[in-house]
Amino acid sequence: MAMLSRVADSLYWMSRYLERAEHTTRLLDVTLHQLIDVDPVLSQQRWLRLWQSLQYQDPEHGSLIPQPVVQLFTADSQYSDAIISTITAARENARQVREHISSEMWEQINRLYLDMRQQISNQQWQQDPHRFYATIKSGSHLFQGITDATMSHGEGWDFIQIGRAVERANNTANLLLSHTSALQASQQDGRMHHAEWIGLLKMCSAFEAYCKVHTPDVTPQRLVFFLLYDAEFPRSVRFSADTILQAVARITRRNGQLRTGRPQRAAGQFQAMLEYGNIEEQLLNLAHDLHQIQHGCFQIDTSLRESHIAYTIDTALMA
Amino acid sequence: MHNQQLFTHYQLDSAWDEMLDSNGLPRSHYAELVQRIEQSTAQEIAQRQQSADDTFLAQGVTFTVYGHEDGTEKIFPFDLLPRILTAAEWRQIEQGLIQRITALNMFLHDIYHDEHILNDGVVPRDLVYSCRHYRREMRGVTVPRDVYINVTGSDLVRLPNGRFAVLEDNLRVPSGVSYMLVNRQMSKRVFPQLFERYNVQPIEQYGQILLNTLRSLAPHTSDPMVVLLTPGSYNSAYFEHTYLARQMGIPLVEGRDLAVHNNVVYMRTTNGLQRIDVIYRRIDDDFVDQLVFRPDSILGVPGLLHAYRAGNVAIANALGTGVADDKALYAYVPAMIRYYSGQDPIIDNVETYLLSDARQRQHVLNNLNKLVVKAVGESGGYGMLIGPHSTAAQQAEFAQRIVADPRGYIAQPTLQLSRAPCVIDSHLEARHVDLRPYILYGDQVTVVPGGLTRVALTRGSLVVNSSQGGGSKDTWVLYDDA
Repeated sequence: MAMLSRVADSLYWMSRYLERAEHTTRLLDVTLHQLIDVDPVLSQQRWLRLWQSLQYQDPEHGSLIPQPVVQLFTADSQYSDAIISTITAARENARQVREHISSEMWEQINRLYLDMRQQISNQQWQQDPHRFYATIKSGSHLFQGITDATMSHGEGWDFIQIGRAVERANNTANLLLSHTSALQASQQDGRMHHAEWIGLLKMCSAFEAYCKVHTPDVTPQRLVFFLLYDAEFPRSVRFSADTILQAVARITRRNGQLRTGRPQRAAGQFQAMLEYGNIEEQLLNLAHDLHQIQHGCFQIDTSLRESHIAYTIDTALMA
Repeated sequence: MHNQQLFTHYQLDSAWDEMLDSNGLPRSHYAELVQRIEQSTAQEIAQRQQSADDTFLAQGVTFTVYGHEDGTEKIFPFDLLPRILTAAEWRQIEQGLIQRITALNMFLHDIYHDEHILNDGVVPRDLVYSCRHYRREMRGVTVPRDVYINVTGSDLVRLPNGRFAVLEDNLRVPSGVSYMLVNRQMSKRVFPQLFERYNVQPIEQYGQILLNTLRSLAPHTSDPMVVLLTPGSYNSAYFEHTYLARQMGIPLVEGRDLAVHNNVVYMRTTNGLQRIDVIYRRIDDDFVDQLVFRPDSILGVPGLLHAYRAGNVAIANALGTGVADDKALYAYVPAMIRYYSGQDPIIDNVETYLLSDARQRQHVLNNLNKLVVKAVGESGGYGMLIGPHSTAAQQAEFAQRIVADPRGYIAQPTLQLSRAPCVIDSHLEARHVDLRPYILYGDQVTVVPGGLTRVALTRGSLVVNSSQGGGSKDTWVLYDDA
């Protein structure tokens, strides 16, 4: 039986919000860790890049004071991209579709939410932020594992896969965009900021995987190539593109070809761009490529919504 | 047993006690439970209570309390100790409810069609027409199987003489059945051996019977698409809606998921529009169709009523059932039973004063400190005055309201609800309880053996509603001794 459009939408956004929370968590965790190596100039740049990568624009917080920023991105429920807000939104979406996810999934996301609320309300997270971020990350991983192990791999599961992959690809593109000029400068003047690039890889949980391919010898070009085009690393944009294409194909097969032409085209184009893409040495086109990736994510999101979620009654009756 | 510390706070008064007889000895069907408690320490009881509460919270077995900004989800407090009814007690309840529901259904059909009961002067015509829940739109509409009230949950109370009486009929969208079902799961976990020894009648078939009831209403097809229509996740009973949809394996839809085209109801799926045959709605009449009823409703489906009247979709419960739920018409239910079946009611009504009658009104106004006053169209414990527990100012306010709108209120004596043992701070105390069994009516009337026993957890309180600080316990209906 086909799934309610609203349910597919909630599953998709549950997954996107949880991925967003995990991404923000990793960025904050790595940045706080880097602060231990005190270098005032570097750390200013780090905060600036952190903001850019989280797409935060607010002149009031322009003074780059770390603590309030960390507070804002972690525990400020007024701020929609804060961890507290995205975990709450993920759980709220899950709550709306409780009868479509497994009980185990609901219990895990609810537990993650309650743990997070507790550590934030009793200020425990500030005493040991690393531990707090570890709770969020492992809670999110556990949820993904439970999802794979307990939910039928049907249409709902496919929307969950697509949500996570679209969010992940978009976040990685954003993160690299905020580092583009630094990466280009480093590539051109040959000065390597090892700690910086290791930090960047760690923000994508990619350091260990990178080392197995390239050794810890990190160059901007290799780094960018790995995060965008590696076929096997699950957080590369290429990997996300493969996931999306496969899931969209399954949804199409299940529902017939009727109205699914557009998501398939968008997913196919996106995947081709990443399967056959390359990076030239000076990274001059990097910003353009990253914008293309973001545009691809946008196309996939829009076409799915217009074909399966928010279509008009007229188009549906014609088909 | 009085040397047992757990029982030191347990006192008898004039109310019927479910566990102990008037000599303070356990009733025979409670003896094993009492023995089991006596073997437990206070610490063990407290641990079991805590683990039950944790499980409910983790599973999200919660309800929403309106008017709280933060922490709006609360668990409905669960009391460990089951309330036990004998097979003989249950037989009387079951037969009484079947008799009553059948008569109420005939009444609904009658007032929306030929009005025999009004023409014969058994029920005053103006009382029906002035009811806020009377739906002119339902005049002459044929509903599937002529059954209006497919799902009901009557509130029963037990009086000091040990007899049950019906307090309210709840013919619109009664809730709480999910708590009946999860409470049973929990009490089986807490007292597995005791449960086995007690020979309790099962209730787990509720979902299947409900689905069969709904399917039996389908207009044109033997393989109907049945959905549960919920107001959404902010509704206080949302947990229940998800739970029931899952038990039945049917889609849980919101108004925005449905669309009406050419008097046919569809739901929006990822694969286009799909036709709906039966809607189990958990939304009040007022909100189901903004074209006909409240235009500001965002929960309903525009055009639903036309599709319903065209016979293209079945809705359970039917629209307009609230009229028989009106607290002033309640006073006439015994007369309805006699009128339609020629029998005396098996379960009593509670004595009710109609305030549109001048003499009864005066009596009530003189005795506000002793009586309970209720608004006729409300439920859930809202809009009530409990005389003995009220202040002079509250009584004055209700007196004013009664004089301004006599048809809007009724009064009843303050009832001494029966009491049952509850775990309060690791020991046992007696608390007032009621009983809400659930009745399903499709091709036949079925009363599921059990129900939700609601508990007024505050000492001395008579209000059992979840929205007003009530809790619940499992209800064990026993088989006859073999």
